[in-house]
Amino acid sequence: MAEATRTRAERRNVNAPGYTVRFALVVCLACAAVVAVAAVLLEPRQAANARLYMEKNVLIAAGLAQPGDALSIADVDALFERYVEARLVDLQAGELVPENAVDARAFDQRAARNDPATSRLAPTNKAGIHRLPDRAVVYFIRRDDAVEQLVLAVEGLGMWGTMYGFVSLDPDANTVGGLTYYEHRETPGLGAEVASPVWQRVWQGRKIYDDQWQARITVIKGIAGDPEDDPLRVDGLTGATVTSNAVTNLMQFWLGPHGYGPFLDRFREGEAEI
Amino acid sequence: MEHFINLMVRAIFLENLALAYFLGMCSYLACSKKMETAFGLGLAVVFVQTLTVPLNNVLMRSLLDEGALAWLGPAFADIDLRFLSFILFIAVIAAAVQIVEMTIDRFMPALYNSLGVFLPLIAVNCVILGGSLFMQERDYTVTESVVFGFGSGFGFALAIVALAAIREKLSYSDVPEGLKGLGITFIVVGLMSMAFMVFSGIQL
Amino acid sequence: MSTVIGTGGPAPIAFGPKERAILTDPLVANNPITVQMLGVCSALAITTGVDNALVMSVGVILVAMVASLAVSLIRDRTPTAIRIIVQLAIIASLVTVFDQVLKATFYEISLELSVFVGLIITNCMVLGRAEGFAMQNPPYPAVLDALGNALGYALILIIVAASRELLGAGKLLGYQVLPLTTDGGWFEPNGLMLLPPSALFVIGLLIWAMRTWWPELVEKD
Repeated sequence: MAEATRTRAERRNVNAPGYTVRFALVVCLACAAVVAVAAVLLEPRQAANARLYMEKNVLIAAGLAQPGDALSIADVDALFERYVEARLVDLQAGELVPENAVDARAFDQRAARNDPATSRLAPTNKAGIHRLPDRAVVYFIRRDDAVEQLVLAVEGLGMWGTMYGFVSLDPDANTVGGLTYYEHRETPGLGAEVASPVWQRVWQGRKIYDDQWQARITVIKGIAGDPEDDPLRVDGLTGATVTSNAVTNLMQFWLGPHGYGPFLDRFREGEAEI
Repeated sequence: MEHFINLMVRAIFLENLALAYFLGMCSYLACSKKMETAFGLGLAVVFVQTLTVPLNNVLMRSLLDEGALAWLGPAFADIDLRFLSFILFIAVIAAAVQIVEMTIDRFMPALYNSLGVFLPLIAVNCVILGGSLFMQERDYTVTESVVFGFGSGFGFALAIVALAAIREKLSYSDVPEGLKGLGITFIVVGLMSMAFMVFSGIQL
Repeated sequence: MSTVIGTGGPAPIAFGPKERAILTDPLVANNPITVQMLGVCSALAITTGVDNALVMSVGVILVAMVASLAVSLIRDRTPTAIRIIVQLAIIASLVTVFDQVLKATFYEISLELSVFVGLIITNCMVLGRAEGFAMQNPPYPAVLDALGNALGYALILIIVAASRELLGAGKLLGYQVLPLTTDGGWFEPNGLMLLPPSALFVIGLLIWAMRTWWPELVEKD
């Protein structure tokens, strides 16, 4: 009678040390296998999604696409063919890398940033940036041969993680044409509003630099005036002070002397031979 | 030195994991009825956090990061195992909690008895995993991880002891039937977190 | 005589009163968030919009059901000393797979929710039911229990998200339902509703309402 009422677990002596170790091993391997299979199988699609999404945001920053648009890879390719030229720029020297030397559109700036061979430690900064790639991508938006917009990649540490975005500048390399943040980990509904088209539109017409060409654009608490009267300030994000400050810090960094500053100076002088 | 003090102050006050990021709410609400339990849980969280954040950092850098496995051989230099970080962190945390539990049982049996079931519950406390995930996201060094681990654990301890103090006093107040216990606690925590939002404007 | 559901005796009915109880109890009487105090963290951070709450709910429902199923299937073979770690490993793997699938299919949504998807792992509700129910019961009741609790969780999440989105921005699911004063309407949005503490207030008031409606839920001192 007693025998029949013992549970299956007791009969197997589940708590023996040898069994425990073997069981743990099997569970680990099974879990790792499931996860690895999923990750490996889905990786190509994820990478394709990521690239598509990034390039879509280049187009949105440039005003060539609207945030709600459903664009396929073919659509994005067509727009890039027609209007966008990607070039690499040496950040410190501010010089463009010759176009036949490397495929700028396929350039993975994040990988370059992480690889010690193609990057360096960033100078102390408030944007939470650890490493800087030696070369960065600049997108020239052209209509009928004239450069209409310059789209630059920016990134910086937000509240929950790194934010990645694009800022689009007019040919004067000062006025903002558009802005997008396409990847971030900010709080949904608060800091995540960096990705909202409504807030991004507020940036249009603002200026980055003051009279001494210092990057002074700032996200303030509250509402800034119109772009004509209050060009160096941008409305803050409600309830997202950390995120707003992070945006200010990263914009000032990337458009300053350690980021695209040298390149933009040369571009303005007309020295960057495109 | 200043950098570490900044990090510590940020972790305790400005970016308090319980009151600003709302991690660890379940045990925060459940274990704050009495001061002794709250204090015990806070202490245990400080232990575990200070232990696991740097440990996870070291393991992450030597096993998971892209190129981290290069010490095994050049063929392994490209492997990026970051997608296993959730699992690795949780495993380390669960093991650390088990070890802390056994240590406290051996050397401080009185504390072990008063904590009871809350000690193993730390393994699933969002604060601990959240701490490790933040460490990963912000790419801390080992020293920064120690400081952040201690600071964030201490911040949680501070928050839970404060809530326990309020709840003990609140038991003498005339709270409506439906709100007694859990209801009023939620509202009090809401008010506390609003108070902590004061810190969010400070730039260190 | 076994006290565990479903073992011994005649073949169990597919969906009898016991099964219905398992499924419906966690909706109100034993709601994970408002009664058991499990799964609260995400209820606070995610509920700024109904769309986020929906995706999170779907994630939790799927993960909880599969996790409880897996834990229940190996419950007789799991050594006691490592059972929590084993449950966590299973849950962590499932959440990772969910995260990967989300990134491959709904990329833009996955970006918004990535930190919180990871936190499903420590969602006390998923682990609590795995440890508290699935470990002691056969697969079918375990799955039902997970589903019931996840639905109870989703219910609270959606109610809180709807209140916060409606009162904080006048929107539901992204659509402007109440016309804002800035657009010429009458509704002045309550900025506090967009901040996390408001979720605590909404849940507190919800608990008050539930306990007034169903007095049996009031905590006995």
